[in-house]
Amino acid sequence: MTGAQAALDRVTRVPGVRGALVASAGDGLVVAEQLMDGVDGRAAAALAGSLVGRLVRTADGAGRRPPAFVQLRAERGSILAAPCPNDLVLIAVVGPDANVGLARLEMLDAAGRLD
Amino acid sequence: MRSLEPWVELPLQTFLDESSARLTLLMTSSGQVVAQHGFSRSLDVMTAAALGAGIGASTDELARLMGSPRFEALVHHGPRQSCLLSGFSTPRGRWIGLVVFGPETTVGIVQLFFDQMVQQLAAVAPRDQPAAPALAENFEHELDASLKALFGR
Repeated sequence: MTGAQAALDRVTRVPGVRGALVASAGDGLVVAEQLMDGVDGRAAAALAGSLVGRLVRTADGAGRRPPAFVQLRAERGSILAAPCPNDLVLIAVVGPDANVGLARLEMLDAAGRLD
Repeated sequence: MRSLEPWVELPLQTFLDESSARLTLLMTSSGQVVAQHGFSRSLDVMTAAALGAGIGASTDELARLMGSPRFEALVHHGPRQSCLLSGFSTPRGRWIGLVVFGPETTVGIVQLFFDQMVQQLAAVAPRDQPAAPALAENFEHELDASLKALFGR
């Protein structure tokens, strides 16, 4: 099992997580994914990758360190993202009932192991 | 943005707004220009259309030799700007899109919204006007007329 797949396994085990993927932040392309039906991984990778890239540039422009974790909360769930080494980003799509705290812990740990 | 076909304008404008593409050229597979954004000289459009159509034909032939379906897209990554070349089917025949974009966007975003534009074009294309065949004897005249319309001169 690759490091990316191991990371996705850990994140998708968290209750309420509808899918997770590893994307290339610079390209916005999917590297690995584990998604439930109905979740568009290509769109999630492109849009969340772009969002994280912009946030990193914004933090850099403000003289701050890049974000370690991003939560974009919406009406029917959230998008979680954790930048990883090697220009990768770990992304999770979660429902409104998800255990976001546990998902955050798993994602931060998994992101640190991705290289 | 300039377009020869009014129904192309809304899908193309949406794509431009969402993708942050710097240059975009939509053309038929024979190189006749349908719409353009970002080009300032007709000579550049003519050259890009000819090269894009040539690359499209070459990759189609490569795919045929390899016994595979057509390639969906060709991406050239550059340090300061990149280029996406993608052929797609429309009710008006096969078209090619050429998109140049910089580091302010990503290839994932460009491909995502390009595919959405292709779906929108297929949905809004007039069905009662079949595509005109690109005949060798009127190709130059058609190209010249297209460029005049696109650049207003």
